[in-house]
Amino acid sequence: MITGRVWSFGDHINTDLIMPGWVYDQSEEAQTKATFSAVRPGFADAFTPGDIITGGLNFGTGSSRPAARSLRNLGCACLLADSINGIFLRNCVSFGLLAVECPGIGALAQEGMDLSVDLETWQAGPAEGGNRLAIRPVPESLLKIMQGGGIFPVLERSGHIAPAG
Amino acid sequence: MGQTIIEKILARAAGRDSVTPGDIVDVAVDLAVLIDTNFYPAAWREVLKVAAPEKVAVIFDHRTPAPDNRAAEAHRVGRAFVETYGIERVHDVGRDMGIAHAVIAERGYGLPGSVLVCDDSHTCAAGAFNCAAMGVGEPDMIQSVTTGRTWFRVAPTIRYELTGILPEGVAAKDLFLWIAGLYGAHTGHNIEVGGPGLASLGMDARRTFATMAAELGSDFCTFEADQRLLDFMRARTDRPFTPQSPDPDATYAELRRIDLGAVRPRVALPHSILGNTASLQEAVGEPIQQAFIGSCANGTLDDLRMAAEVLEGRLVAPGVRLIVTPSSQAVYREALRLGYIATLMEAGAVVTNATCGACCGAHMGLLSAGETCITSSTRNFRGRMGDPSARIFMASSAVVAASAVAGRIAGVPVPNAEATA
Repeated sequence: MITGRVWSFGDHINTDLIMPGWVYDQSEEAQTKATFSAVRPGFADAFTPGDIITGGLNFGTGSSRPAARSLRNLGCACLLADSINGIFLRNCVSFGLLAVECPGIGALAQEGMDLSVDLETWQAGPAEGGNRLAIRPVPESLLKIMQGGGIFPVLERSGHIAPAG
Repeated sequence: MGQTIIEKILARAAGRDSVTPGDIVDVAVDLAVLIDTNFYPAAWREVLKVAAPEKVAVIFDHRTPAPDNRAAEAHRVGRAFVETYGIERVHDVGRDMGIAHAVIAERGYGLPGSVLVCDDSHTCAAGAFNCAAMGVGEPDMIQSVTTGRTWFRVAPTIRYELTGILPEGVAAKDLFLWIAGLYGAHTGHNIEVGGPGLASLGMDARRTFATMAAELGSDFCTFEADQRLLDFMRARTDRPFTPQSPDPDATYAELRRIDLGAVRPRVALPHSILGNTASLQEAVGEPIQQAFIGSCANGTLDDLRMAAEVLEGRLVAPGVRLIVTPSSQAVYREALRLGYIATLMEAGAVVTNATCGACCGAHMGLLSAGETCITSSTRNFRGRMGDPSARIFMASSAVVAASAVAGRIAGVPVPNAEATA
C-alpha cells in the first residue's frame, strides 16, 4: 500500500508544462528543478518525496521529452490519472515512475488530501476511507520495469550500455 | 478475427499471427531514428553495442545549425557515434538536413508495413506511409538502437472513413482541427485513416494530419496504402516493403465517417488544442506580433505554396514578424526553384534554414512576454515558443499568411471579393 499527499492537476497536462523547453538541453537536476515552473512556481521545492500526483484525462500529452524522469527525481510515489498519454506512459515505464490509469481520480482527488494506492487489489481512494476507485491493472512485465528503475538498469546488466558514469 | 492495419504490422514485427488490443508486444524495429537531442548529456548513455547499424539513422533537427555551445557539443557526440558504428543514413548540417519526419518522408525511410521509432512525439507522421511509427522516449531509443527491439502496448483502433474532397482554401490542418474539435482526445487508441476521400489528399496533406495525430493523444496513426502512396515510395526507395491493409472484418473501437467537403477553417485558441478550437470567424480580429509557418507538420512544400499564393503582391503588416521555416533543405530548394521563397521574402517574411526552430522554442523566433503569435506548427502550449505569458493561436499556413498581412487573425482574402460583393 502506498499512501501520500496529493498534488492535483486537471485534464490534458502536457509535457511542456511538466518540463519546459528551456531546460531541454540542461542537466537532469536543472530539468527537475523547473518542474511545472510556468504554472506552479516553486513546485519542485514544495514537493516532498513520497507525495502523489493526480491528473484528469490524457495526462502527459505532447512532447516525448523526459518529463516522467523529473517526476521520478522529485520522489513522486505514484502518478494516477483518468488516462495517460501513450508516449508519456512509455516514459514512466522506461524511467521507472510508477504511473497508473484510474478513471475518476481527477475528480475524486483533492489537493493536499492523503491518498492510498493498493497495487494488490488495484484500487485507490482517500487514505481516511470512503470511495475507492478501480485502477487499470498494469501488465506484470511493465510493472516490473516501472518499479525496477526503468530500462537503463536492464541495459546495463545486459551489457548494451556502460554503467552510469 | 480480423485485424486493423496497425495490428497486422505489429503482429508481423512481433513474429506472431495476430495481436489483440491489450497485448504487450515485443517487436523488431526496422528503423530507429536518433536526433540531435538524443546526444545531450542528460539524454545519452555510453552505447557498447549497436544491434544493426543499417537499421539506425541519425538526423540532426531540433537545433541546427548549432545555436549555442550545448547544441554544438551534442552534435559532436552524435557525429562520434555515427563514426564509431558506421551509420550510413546521416543527415547532418548541410544539403540533406531537415526535420527528421520530413527527411523520413522524402527519403522513403518510413516503409509501408514497417516499424519505425524516434524520440520525437511527431514520429507518427510516417503513419501516412502505412508505417507503424510512434514517438518513444530517450531510454526506448537507446534500447531500440542497442538491442534492435522495443515494446508496444496494442491499443484499440478508431477508424476515420473519409469521403468527398476538401473545399478550396481548406487545408489538412483544418481537417485536423475539425476532428480535434469534434472528438477531442484519442488517448489509449490508435487511429486508422482510409476511405474513398483519401485519394484526394496529397502526401503532404496526409503527413500534416498524421503528424498532428500526436496532438490528439493517439498512439499510432496509420493510413491505408493506395496507389498514390505506392508511387510516392517507389520514387524514393529501392528497399522492399509490404504494405498492410485492414481485414474486411477488422474490429474497431469506433468507425467515424468524415465528409471532407464539410470541413471549414478552424483556429486553436491559446494554450491547448483539445476542447479549445473555434471557427475562423470567431477568431478573426485578434492582433498579432508574430506569424510562424513551419515544423514537421506544416513546413511542407504545400504549406510554402499556400503561403506564397496568399502573400503574392502583398506585404506583411508593420509590427508583425513572419517567420517561415521549411521542413527540410530539399523543400527549401524546391520552393526556391518554384519561386515561392522569393514571393515570401518580397512580402517581408524571414525564411530560415530547415530546423524544428521556433516550433519548440529552440531558436529563431521565440516570443517575449505578452506577445501573441499565430502559427501553423504543431503546438500552442503555454511557454512552448518562449515566454509563458505569450499567447499562441494555431491555424493553417494560408490563414497564418493572411493574418501576417492583416496584422490580426484573418481569413484568406478572396480574389475580386469587392467586385462580387
